[in-house]
Amino acid sequence: MSSYSVTEPSGRQKLFAGTLVILYALITILPLLWIIGTSFKSPSDAIAYPPKTFFSPTLEGYVNLFTTRTRATEEDVKALGEPTTWYDRIVRKDGFIIAGPSRFMERFSNSIVIGFGSTVLCIVLGTAAAYAFSRFKVPLKDDLLFFILSTRMMPPIAVAIPIFLMFRSLGLNDTHLGMILLYTAVNLSLAVWLLKGFIDEIPIEYEEAALIDGYTRFQAFYKVVLPQAMTGIASTAIFCLIFAWNEYAFAVLLTSGTAQTAPPFIPTIIGVGGQDWPAVAAGATLFLVPVMIFTIVLRKHLLRGITFGAVRK
Amino acid sequence: MADVVLENVTKKFGNHTALDNVSLTIPDGSFVVLLGPTGAGKTTTLRMVSGLDRPDSGNIYFGGRSVEGHTPAQRNVAMVFQQYSLYPHLTVRQNLEFPLKSPLLKTPREAIDRKVNAIAEVLQISHKLDNKATALSGGEMQRVSIGRALVRTPQIYLMDEPLSSLDAKLRADLRIELKNIQAKSGATLLYVTHDQIEAMTMATHIGVLHEGRLVQFGSPREVYEHPVSIYAATKLGQPRINIIPADTFPGAPSRAVHIGLRPEHITQGSGQDALVRRVEHLGDQTRLHLSFRKNDLITVTDAHTRLKSGDTVKIQPDKPLYFDAAGMRLA
Ligand SMILES: Nc1ncnc2c1ncn2[C@@H]1O[C@H](COP(=O)(O)OP(=O)(O)OP(=O)(O)O)[C@@H](O)[C@H]1O
Ligand SMILES: [Mg+2]
Repeated sequence: MSSYSVTEPSGRQKLFAGTLVILYALITILPLLWIIGTSFKSPSDAIAYPPKTFFSPTLEGYVNLFTTRTRATEEDVKALGEPTTWYDRIVRKDGFIIAGPSRFMERFSNSIVIGFGSTVLCIVLGTAAAYAFSRFKVPLKDDLLFFILSTRMMPPIAVAIPIFLMFRSLGLNDTHLGMILLYTAVNLSLAVWLLKGFIDEIPIEYEEAALIDGYTRFQAFYKVVLPQAMTGIASTAIFCLIFAWNEYAFAVLLTSGTAQTAPPFIPTIIGVGGQDWPAVAAGATLFLVPVMIFTIVLRKHLLRGITFGAVRK
Repeated sequence: MADVVLENVTKKFGNHTALDNVSLTIPDGSFVVLLGPTGAGKTTTLRMVSGLDRPDSGNIYFGGRSVEGHTPAQRNVAMVFQQYSLYPHLTVRQNLEFPLKSPLLKTPREAIDRKVNAIAEVLQISHKLDNKATALSGGEMQRVSIGRALVRTPQIYLMDEPLSSLDAKLRADLRIELKNIQAKSGATLLYVTHDQIEAMTMATHIGVLHEGRLVQFGSPREVYEHPVSIYAATKLGQPRINIIPADTFPGAPSRAVHIGLRPEHITQGSGQDALVRRVEHLGDQTRLHLSFRKNDLITVTDAHTRLKSGDTVKIQPDKPLYFDAAGMRLA
């Protein structure tokens, strides 16, 4: 007799589920692999038809991403002497010389500052608000919660013009602070709702126990509620970061120089000297990395969410 | 430690009165047990004293000073919750250390270790110290939660049915330990239980709560021998006191409607005939279920009795308690 369990799936069921998951993973990851592959192609390989699956990899895309180049006459090149670095060599091959660094690093760091800045702010404010909504008697609580959510009932870009005008009179146009505030404002409603759900799940008895054990309300929150809300905080933070990180429309509208983030910048790479798809793909690839690292770092907390039900009364 | 006094404490939840004008003095060093059925207001009383909830009216004094508006930390109380409420993200050891590390106590490291190890020993959980708090059985969780209170020396210990999910042996062990700790340290305890033995053996005072009112307060003996009402009389004694109509036996005062007879206050051998319906041998004693003039009575007899069901036995009341129509005792 084979052992039969109600909760444990059978071997065949596991195989089926596993196959489905792997299939789904492949489908989702295919465009990513394509972009990463393209970033290592030469411009001509990138637009070859039929597409090349096998090609000789080059870092040309990355060099082009990080530099600006000008076409030079042969005398100019000769006057410069032999190329001194590997990236000089790559550029010279096509008859270009490096004129200077591109703005990619600046835009990329803007993205980091604005993306993580707004995420942190959003989590701090969102957790505080969610805790208050969850634990205290707030007058008109339900109406307030509905009102908060109603800010998400239209696409944020619908209010682009008022925001643009407001930012202009406040001097927030093209500033890091402005973008951080904007993304925080957009994400906050979602954060409050998500986090309130998680905090509601934490029995109030733990805080009461901490109060009895000699802690203040704030210390109880910090020592007992926060650690237990980590699952919620981690997943909310990932949502907030992904939105702020990928946001395009407001970034185009409200930033042009100092505070421009990577999303509006990456497409402009195309313009420099023809269709430079590898450089665009290189930008997109690097652009993926921070969110990926962030998610992996927080993964431990996300997985713990599954065992969260072990809270006993 | 200090006297803890509740003065006319009333607490309402919506229009339900959980505590109705309760006045209670918990003398320094006493072991006060609160008895009462579910919903009587026992937990609510503890929460008032702890400072987790505020009374709607009335005052609470610690050592003569009002603690109105004081937080639990300011009152310096320890509490064992009815739902153990261990911190699930911490280990057993961290749970026990938690109160010692609070800004209230700021205990030095070696004192923490010494206290935690000692308490773990007493509660027989030393081998579980490194477990996650969620990886424990109910009884183990309950012991950790008792430990979290006992590592401290607060003004008063508040314990809400702390031994309820332990097995009989452990319960007996811990009853003795708790009593020892209290006797040695002179700690003051306010203790909720449904267990008669706990109440009788540990309490210096028993408070009987009935629908939010404190109906009797006194020593276990006093409450047992001189209950103020049928209600209070049924709270103590195992098996329960027999309540029968006043005219079952002669000699009741005129206003009496009920007679209360403790099982051991039914003497056998003389008096009137009763039918033995069931005999329960418990080892150290035997319980007789009797039928007497259409009333069911329970009494105890000697362990080696030869009586069996169907026999008749002569019985007669000894020290009967008389109660009026409202269930109040007649002096
Ligand atoms: N937070 C609350 N909100 C509303 N009603 C409450 C609240 N806490 C207690 N009550 C009510 O007050 C009454 C007394 O409750 P309490 O918890 O003190 O009972 P208890 O004597 O501890 O009972 P048990 O033996 O079941 O623990 C009950 O009727 C209960 O429903
Ligand atoms: Mg209770």
